[in-house]
Amino acid sequence: MSTTDEILTLLKSVCDPEIPVLTIVDLGIIERITISENGLYIGILPTYNGCPAMDLIRMMIYEICYDAGYRNIKIEYLNSPHWTTDRISNEGMEAIKQYGIAAPSASTRIEQLISGQSSVSCPKCHSSHTRLISAFGSTACKALMQCEDCQEPFEYFKCNGLR
Amino acid sequence: MLKDQSPYFRFLVQLGDDALILSQRTSEWCGHGPVLEQDIALTNITLDILGQARLWYQLAVDQTQDFKDEDQLAYTRDSREMTNILLVEQPNGHWGMTVMRQYLYDTFKKMYYARLEESGQASISEIAHKCRVETTYHHQWSSEWVRRLALGTDEGNDKMQHALNTLWRYHQEITQDSEADIAMLNEGITVTPSMIREDYQQEIKTYLESCGLSIPDIRNEITGGRKGIHTEHLGYILAEMQYMQRAYPNLEW
Repeated sequence: MSTTDEILTLLKSVCDPEIPVLTIVDLGIIERITISENGLYIGILPTYNGCPAMDLIRMMIYEICYDAGYRNIKIEYLNSPHWTTDRISNEGMEAIKQYGIAAPSASTRIEQLISGQSSVSCPKCHSSHTRLISAFGSTACKALMQCEDCQEPFEYFKCNGLR
Repeated sequence: MLKDQSPYFRFLVQLGDDALILSQRTSEWCGHGPVLEQDIALTNITLDILGQARLWYQLAVDQTQDFKDEDQLAYTRDSREMTNILLVEQPNGHWGMTVMRQYLYDTFKKMYYARLEESGQASISEIAHKCRVETTYHHQWSSEWVRRLALGTDEGNDKMQHALNTLWRYHQEITQDSEADIAMLNEGITVTPSMIREDYQQEIKTYLESCGLSIPDIRNEITGGRKGIHTEHLGYILAEMQYMQRAYPNLEW
C-alpha cells in the first residue's frame, strides 16, 4: 500500500509551469491526499481564480500519478482554505529568489508599493531603490518592477499573506 | 429555462453573468491597450474576472440537473436568458470609457463581496472572499486610472466626464435587487445590492469629485438586465463568444 509520502515525492517533480523552478508542493497548493481501495484523491488549492496554469497543473498531476501506476485518480480544486503566499515553503521562497524573482513579503504589499511606503529589493543588485511599474505582471501572481540603480526590470511575487 | 430554476441557482448565475460578460468585453482590449504594461494589467484583470464567473457557475450547476457544467451555462444561453447588468455589456469605447466602467463596477463589487463574505453561507462566502481580494486590486487599478486621466489634461478631463455621463444611466442597476436577491434573504444571505446603495453612491461621489469630475444630473435609469432585457450590444457579444459551441455543439479542445 502506498503512502501519502510517496505521492508527495511524486508531486515534488511537478513544477509550476509559470515558475518552472518552483514545485507545486513548495508552492503550497497540495491540501489533501487520500489513498483508498477506490483510488487516489488529491485536493489542491487554486492560487488566483483565473490562473490558466491551474488546468495544466491538474493535468500534470494526473499524468505523473497515472504513470506511477495509480488508477481512479480524482483531482479536485478546493475553495477553502484560501491559498496565500504564506503557504510557500522556505525552499520555495529560495527557489523563487534564485530564479530572479523578488520573493513575497508582508512588508511590501502592493498597497505599500503604490503609496511608496516601502520598496522591494532588486534581485540583481539588491538596491532598495526600485519602483513599481504595474501591479499586474506577466502572470496573475506577479507585479512588474524596475530597479532605479541598475535599471534592470524584474518581477515581484505579490504577497497576499501575512509573512 | 432560467425561470424554472431555484432562486439560489439564479442568484449564483447572475453573479457569474456580470463577471462573464464584463470579462468578455475587457478581453477585447487584449493586444490593443494604450501601452504594453496596461494592456497586460487589463488582461490580468480580465482573467481574474473570468475565473470569478467560473466559480459562481460551478457552484450554480451543483444546484440543478439542467446544466452539466459552467461551459454549458456560458455558451448555450441566449440574451433573454442572460441576467447580467447592462453596465457590463456597454461597448469599451475609448480607454477612459473602459476605465470608468471598470471603476463603477469594481467600487460596487468590492463593497458587495465584502458583505457577501460575511453572509454565513460557507460555499458562497468562500468564493466571495476570493473575489473580494482580487477586486481590491482591480479597484486600486481602475480608481488610479480615473484619477490620472481626469486630472491630467483638459482633454482627458472632458473625455472622462463624457464617459461618466454616458455610463451614468446604466450604473444604478448595480445597486438594485433582483427577485433572486430578495429570495436569498430567506435562505440565509444577509445582504442585497440595495443595502449598499448609499455607501456606494457616497464613495463614488466623493472620489469622482476629488478627481475634478461632476456627478451628472441625469435622472433616467436604464435597467432590465436582471430580467433578461438587454441593450442591443449583448447579442453581438454572445454571437462572438458562443460561435464555436453553437457551430460545433459540445466541442472540446
